[in-house]
Amino acid sequence: MPLYHTDDQAMLKDSAGDFMKNEAPVSHLREFRDKDCKDGFSHALWKQFAEMGFTGMLATEEDGGLGMGNTEAGIVLEEIGRNLTPSPFLTTSVVGVTGLNHASKDMRDQWLPGIIAGETVLGVAIDEGPKFRPTNIAMKAERSGNGFNLNGRKNFVVQGASADMLIVAARTAGSAGEADGITLFAVERDAAGLSAEAARLVDSAMGAQIEFDNVEVTADAVIGEVDQGADVMTRMLHAGQAGASAELVGVGAGAMDMTVDYLRERKQFGRTIGSFQALQHRAAHLYSEMEIARSTVLKAQQLLDEDDAGAPLMVSVAKAKTARAVNLAVREGVQMHGGIGMTDEYDIGLYMKRDRALAEFMGDANYHANLVAEMNGY
Amino acid sequence: MSDLETFRSETRAWLEENCPEEMRAPVRDEDDVFWGGRNATFKNDAQKAWFDACVEKGYTVPEWPTDYGGAGLAPAESKILKQEMARIKARPPLSSFGIWMLGPALLQFGTEEQKLHYLNQIARGEIRWCQGYSEPGSGSDLVSLQTFGEDKGDHWVVNGQKIWTSYADKADWIFCLVRTDKEDKYRGITFMLFDMTSKGVSTKPILLISGSSPFCETFFDDVEVPNDQFVGEINRGWDVAKYLLGHEREMISGMGGGGGIGSLGKAVMPSLGEDAMGRLDDPLLRAQLAELDVEALAFKAMAERFMDELKAKKNHPATPNMMKYVGTELNKRRHELVMASGGSEALEWESEESRGGAKARDWLRTKANSIEGGTSEVMLNVISKRILELPDA
Ligand SMILES: Cc1cc2nc3c(=O)[nH]c(=O)nc-3n(C[C@H](O)[C@H](O)[C@H](O)COP(=O)(O)OP(=O)(O)OC[C@H]3O[C@@H](n4cnc5c(N)ncnc54)[C@H](O)[C@@H]3O)c2cc1C
Ligand SMILES: Cc1cc2nc3c(=O)[nH]c(=O)nc-3n(C[C@H](O)[C@H](O)[C@H](O)COP(=O)(O)OP(=O)(O)OC[C@H]3O[C@@H](n4cnc5c(N)ncnc54)[C@H](O)[C@@H]3O)c2cc1C
Repeated sequence: MPLYHTDDQAMLKDSAGDFMKNEAPVSHLREFRDKDCKDGFSHALWKQFAEMGFTGMLATEEDGGLGMGNTEAGIVLEEIGRNLTPSPFLTTSVVGVTGLNHASKDMRDQWLPGIIAGETVLGVAIDEGPKFRPTNIAMKAERSGNGFNLNGRKNFVVQGASADMLIVAARTAGSAGEADGITLFAVERDAAGLSAEAARLVDSAMGAQIEFDNVEVTADAVIGEVDQGADVMTRMLHAGQAGASAELVGVGAGAMDMTVDYLRERKQFGRTIGSFQALQHRAAHLYSEMEIARSTVLKAQQLLDEDDAGAPLMVSVAKAKTARAVNLAVREGVQMHGGIGMTDEYDIGLYMKRDRALAEFMGDANYHANLVAEMNGY
Repeated sequence: MSDLETFRSETRAWLEENCPEEMRAPVRDEDDVFWGGRNATFKNDAQKAWFDACVEKGYTVPEWPTDYGGAGLAPAESKILKQEMARIKARPPLSSFGIWMLGPALLQFGTEEQKLHYLNQIARGEIRWCQGYSEPGSGSDLVSLQTFGEDKGDHWVVNGQKIWTSYADKADWIFCLVRTDKEDKYRGITFMLFDMTSKGVSTKPILLISGSSPFCETFFDDVEVPNDQFVGEINRGWDVAKYLLGHEREMISGMGGGGGIGSLGKAVMPSLGEDAMGRLDDPLLRAQLAELDVEALAFKAMAERFMDELKAKKNHPATPNMMKYVGTELNKRRHELVMASGGSEALEWESEESRGGAKARDWLRTKANSIEGGTSEVMLNVISKRILELPDA
């Protein structure tokens, strides 16, 4: 597989790019932020995502989806990133659907049609503390009658308060730090005993703290095998990490393009500032870093789609590399815009905020560099 | 089975049969590298057997047409060959400026006669080439070069001095930039080829900080060059030079991947020891090594994409400059970490265990990576002007 987009993928990129730019550019994010929208995204736009065929990209054709891969989802995510489009695409259509693809037929029938129609939103409840530590899950799910009784607390569930269903990782055996003993549950948002406290994040998205106080679920709510949820969870995480990396590349590319345009037009000392070598070299360095980051994401997605044994290593390389490169893009973006870059009115700061949130999502650069060292045996 | 799958299994079988065990190991010393040339000697029988097998198959230059000594492989096939060679860690059978630099320029600009003659020689490793571009006053500003070729009708007479000519003392022939018109800076340079044993050519070695000296000052004193030994058009040598520099950069940028050594962190684990959790027992060094692994794997993905795009003609023409910049800076960083992980042992300069101070010498040598073939600053200039289209001063 050559490491560039096929013609079909290039067409998808064009249509996704046009769609985001026309229907949900940065001004769309501002609008939803400024009206203090409680969900942080537009349900009408989510419907349009469905009409474009984005929502069910990763669902199989049998289940009414398009049976596409992480590479295609990444193309949509990059355009989402470039336009800072707020949507539940990453959590619902990428991470959530990857999980549901390993669920029972009944459960897929229950949730996938709504997702594909752009009516249903999912949340993914894994983290319990401020940093991503998926095996440190302490939340308990105890057997009770025919099903399970869930108790505990989840942190930083993106769109958790507005989701219709949460995929929850809880411990049915073992203790925090172990991969064995984790089970995944599909828990409906309106289940008795479940409460969500929504909070706005720096990038204007909504995150939620979720409390589980004796939430009863039936045995049918289990995704995959009891005690063996780490396997499906890992697949969800890989899809989410590669997806977040793709969105990050879009964020970085959007910030870089804005900055390079500004360098071409802003005049100081009687010259365009882009003619100063001090800025040219930094811009050229940034361009190089972004191109490398882009390559890691495409490579990781292709390996995931081929179910290649090398995929986990490349997913971590992608998340670590994009986090570093895009962080550079937004920092240089604000700096090279000078004072105007510090204003709320100007978009560059919004890119910096989205980068911060995506950098933390499912493991930051240090987390993934550490995994690379472990996978490489030291 | 698809054609490509067939090709892969045939290639695998061919390599199994023809690549000797000794040739399936990373290059450790200079004499592990075979450069060819009139005075070439093989280090051992395995090196010779591997070289001969590849020449016969056209695998010293797999993508060149068979008429010119290549195997005529399609891009997808040559990628497979590369992957299969990497899989068994096969050494390159022949290293050669002829293959990396002059060959591509001849393929693009040479006459049919020149191609048949020179490319076959290059593919068979018969002639060792060196590159005569830089002059004491013309480094980054190469187009200011002064070496002058006077037109005498059926030959030129060349006078001047080159510097930094890698392996000039071992090379058989030189490809050289010569000013043939003093009025036009860009359109007054001709790309010439000539024999280093011609009367009036002399070389003087330059000792580097690494203690080695494969580089020379090269002097031309009334050197006679036959009239037909130029590539492209007279006075249009700059076009050839620019094209060729792109290939040189591609080659140099290949170093960023670490030469197939794999994870440096894993390699140094046994000597540095592990902590109670089984991790390298120096958390800050471990973190730097982890960052290096991320960068090296990321660069490898970039290199794969670059080669794929290049073959499909999808890349920006200045991408090689970006690859050169990133690959060489990464290689320098890698060698800083080789030294840091080696501690006092890496400081050895002569002992036998240290293979003559290889770590320290390699580290010092890499400092030239971001200078030779165009400096990092010049690469950044090209990226900002040609890719980002930032305005001139
Ligand atoms: C929060 C804040 C508070 C401020 N408070 C005050 C205040 O109280 N009073 C006041 O008078 N001003 C104030 N300023 C303005 C501040 O002094 C200017 O923002 C600053 O001088 C930079 O000018 P600029 O914003 O026009 O950026 P520009 O000059 O347009 O610079 C844009 C980019 O180009 C770079 N650049 C410009 N020239 C060159 C060059 N020759 N070589 C290389 N790079 C170059 C800059 O470093 C920057 O990265 C404030 C600014 C901010 C952000
Ligand atoms: C080990 C080695 C092997 C070599 N092999 C060969 C060979 O085989 N054949 C051959 O012809 N040449 C060879 N070279 C020469 C090489 O191509 C030149 O050294 C190189 O082009 C830089 O030129 P210079 O050394 O004159 O540095 P200078 O051009 O004097 O540069 C000095 C410094 O100024 C910076 N600088 C220069 N111009 C600019 C600018 N416009 N903007 C910003 N910064 C600038 C440079 O980046 C550098 O940091 C070799 C060099 C080395 C070190």
